[in-house]
Amino acid sequence: MTGTWIVGTIAAVVAGAVGLFVVLRGAAFVADAVPQGAFAGAAGASLLGVSTLLGLGVASLAGALGIGWLGRRGRRDVATALTLVMMLGLGALFLSFSTEYAPEVEALLFGEILGVSPGDVVPVAIGGALCVAATVAMFRPLLLSSVASDLAAARGLRPAWVESAFLIIVALATSMTLPVTGALLVFSLMIGPPAAARSVAVRPELALGLSVVLSVATMWASIAASYVTNWPPGFFVGALGAGCYGAGRVVAARRGSRRAGAVRGARSLAGALSAGR
Amino acid sequence: MSYLLHLVFAPGFFGNGPVRVALLAGGLVAVVSGIVGAFAVLRGQSYAGHALADISVTGGSGSYLAGISPLWGFVGVGVLAAAVMDLIGVRRPRGRDLATGIVRGAGLGLAALFLYWAATSSSSSGTTISILFGSMFTISTQTVPLIVGLGAAALAIVGATYRPLLLSSVSGDLAAARGVAVRATGVACLVAIAIAVSLSAMTIGAILSTALLVGPAAAALRVARRPGLAVALAAGLGLAATWLGVLLSYDSYYWPPAGHGWPVSFFVVALVFVIYLAAQPAGAWRARRARRREEGGACSPAS
Amino acid sequence: MTTDRIVTAPSARALSVDGVSAWLAGREVLHEVSFGLDRGEVVGLIGSNGAGKTTLLRVILGLLPASGTVTIGGSIGYVPQQVMLDPDLPIRAADLVGLGLDGNRLGIPLPSRRRRQLVREALRAVDAERFAGARVGALSGGEQQRVLIAHALIGRPALLLLDEPLANLDIRSEQEIVSLLARIASQQQVAVLLSAHDMNALLPVMHKIVYLAGGRAACGPTEEVVRTEVLSDLYGHHVDVIRVHGRVLVVAGRGDDQPGEAHPAEHVAPADHGELRP
Repeated sequence: MTGTWIVGTIAAVVAGAVGLFVVLRGAAFVADAVPQGAFAGAAGASLLGVSTLLGLGVASLAGALGIGWLGRRGRRDVATALTLVMMLGLGALFLSFSTEYAPEVEALLFGEILGVSPGDVVPVAIGGALCVAATVAMFRPLLLSSVASDLAAARGLRPAWVESAFLIIVALATSMTLPVTGALLVFSLMIGPPAAARSVAVRPELALGLSVVLSVATMWASIAASYVTNWPPGFFVGALGAGCYGAGRVVAARRGSRRAGAVRGARSLAGALSAGR
Repeated sequence: MSYLLHLVFAPGFFGNGPVRVALLAGGLVAVVSGIVGAFAVLRGQSYAGHALADISVTGGSGSYLAGISPLWGFVGVGVLAAAVMDLIGVRRPRGRDLATGIVRGAGLGLAALFLYWAATSSSSSGTTISILFGSMFTISTQTVPLIVGLGAAALAIVGATYRPLLLSSVSGDLAAARGVAVRATGVACLVAIAIAVSLSAMTIGAILSTALLVGPAAAALRVARRPGLAVALAAGLGLAATWLGVLLSYDSYYWPPAGHGWPVSFFVVALVFVIYLAAQPAGAWRARRARRREEGGACSPAS
Repeated sequence: MTTDRIVTAPSARALSVDGVSAWLAGREVLHEVSFGLDRGEVVGLIGSNGAGKTTLLRVILGLLPASGTVTIGGSIGYVPQQVMLDPDLPIRAADLVGLGLDGNRLGIPLPSRRRRQLVREALRAVDAERFAGARVGALSGGEQQRVLIAHALIGRPALLLLDEPLANLDIRSEQEIVSLLARIASQQQVAVLLSAHDMNALLPVMHKIVYLAGGRAACGPTEEVVRTEVLSDLYGHHVDVIRVHGRVLVVAGRGDDQPGEAHPAEHVAPADHGELRP
């Protein structure tokens, strides 16, 4: 059980950190697609008798880079959808080959909190540390290119490189979090809490910190609830993620109306001043 | 001659009952998906289509729990989700994707719960697989009229809103200026998408139904210039992929490694993917030809 | 196609463009463009949409390959064409300006007094101090413009490039930005090159003009370049340059012109374009 908490926390930290940029860059679909594609890798790995984590990692990477490559040649959303579905199709194929895999499918797709063994902790910790380190290292280039890609390009940061690096980080991050939340719901953790964080926090560093905090809180709540009710943890992650997002929208709306009121006030003041001139 | 035929069409293909149903149902679904998909891709709603497909899993598992036909579950929840997505509706594409993802996450979480309940109440983990990955060869003949009816409904929606849809895909403001109810048109399109992906959830599975929605349409849009032609081409390509997929799956019955055939959904998805890849250079070639034609008549500044 | 792009140590000649030609999708967009600017000069890059202004800026930035030579004496600060910033971005004006210093460096910026001071100075130079702590996405178009200018200036560049900074601005903001740019040019000794499709807003402050039409450029002091003969030659068909109340209109030629007239000039400035300037 301790393994679960540790792995879950690491996964949440990674999801919170990487997820902030997923939200800022509008890459929700990509972050969604990559872990699902990774599912094919896990299926293939189990066929070959190799570690599922390795299969996950390889498939996420292949999927992420494939999406990036195809996305540059055609419409981004179509490329994502088709790469995703192709990999899932492969997963279905691999599944059909091995009959003894059926019950594990659900675990892989929806998360098996109690299925985390102590042996998983170390590789997840290493992978997680790598992800967080990469995100922190790329903090400024990612931030700059989220504002306007031209700004980054003018400083010598090739958009294609930043994008590829980001996709690789996303691939790694989703492989880390997948065993806990399941392939279909990894990304809920990566977009719900960060969406709330960026609506609430004004400074980028604060947004990063808040995103991680909210993500960890969501994960802990989900683990606890899952443990108590025996319901799949993915359900709670999905619901709480939506809750975070909703809260973020409310905050943003209040801020918008408050600002609109302030602007109206300022403009009328300015109008009064200039009229009096 | 008959040897060649037998090589392509494994013996018993045309006489096989489930195969005939698969061809009919699969074909209908592919045509509907292709047509609706053309608009989905045009409006950049591939993600919404995928999300709706996944959420229909919730419907499928819910209907299994409730003991009703999965098709109603798929469609009912799909349409509901479409309405919710529009309600949350955000204008900017980034915000829209985010909202789509959140709805999908919540919906799938619910699906996880339903499947869990279904699994504990009656031990059949095979349900998950068939909901997620389709069961083209086990569609009952009674479902076919339902498929026809729902498919016709989706096509009717798209047919009725054809021109407003096209106009609002180009520019929402342009459409609004012409008196198009942009919001209503958008919801109608989402509902049509929900129906289409629910139908293909039955044949190739909820997880993979995006392939039939997006792939043939994207390929067709690259190649064809006129919208009517693109829509027809999308339907045709989807149909071809499905039928060929059924054929290959039937032929693969004795293929290694498992000896019970490769899944039809895999073949359909793989074929769609190949078609999409093949359309990329075709589109580029067409664009180059068009540009060369333009330049022939253009004038350049004197000396 | 290789551009010789030479970046030298900071010098008085901030930018030298020599014989630059560029192609986009098989079409020649720029043909043998040459001009130069010195620090402290404000130069307008004028041309209609599609004339090649953004292309030229991208060549100077090194983002687009071209033939010819581009020499830059120092570093470049770039203000891209107005992008509507996402109101939910968790980035304050101060943060964006700070990224102008080190946006390409790895890691999270550590709090440093010097960095804060530089940011404050940059914001003060563009009169943006009062909204330094606001989200960039929540600012108005003109305010965002200033923040982006501060972002470009904080690194003390030799050359400031602005892509259509006056588009989408109301008249008051337009005037403010133009006088701000003139002030920056002289106070900070920066060469300012900004593109626009209407030269009238810039007439009071422009030292030189680079007029682009059909991929070719005419450069020099405004009075010398903006003349009927020069522009007609550039366009390849007759245009009239009309001066009204201190403003300039470039109007396409009469109906009896030679065939092949494919580019009617689009520079007709609206007659009620703000107040007269001394």
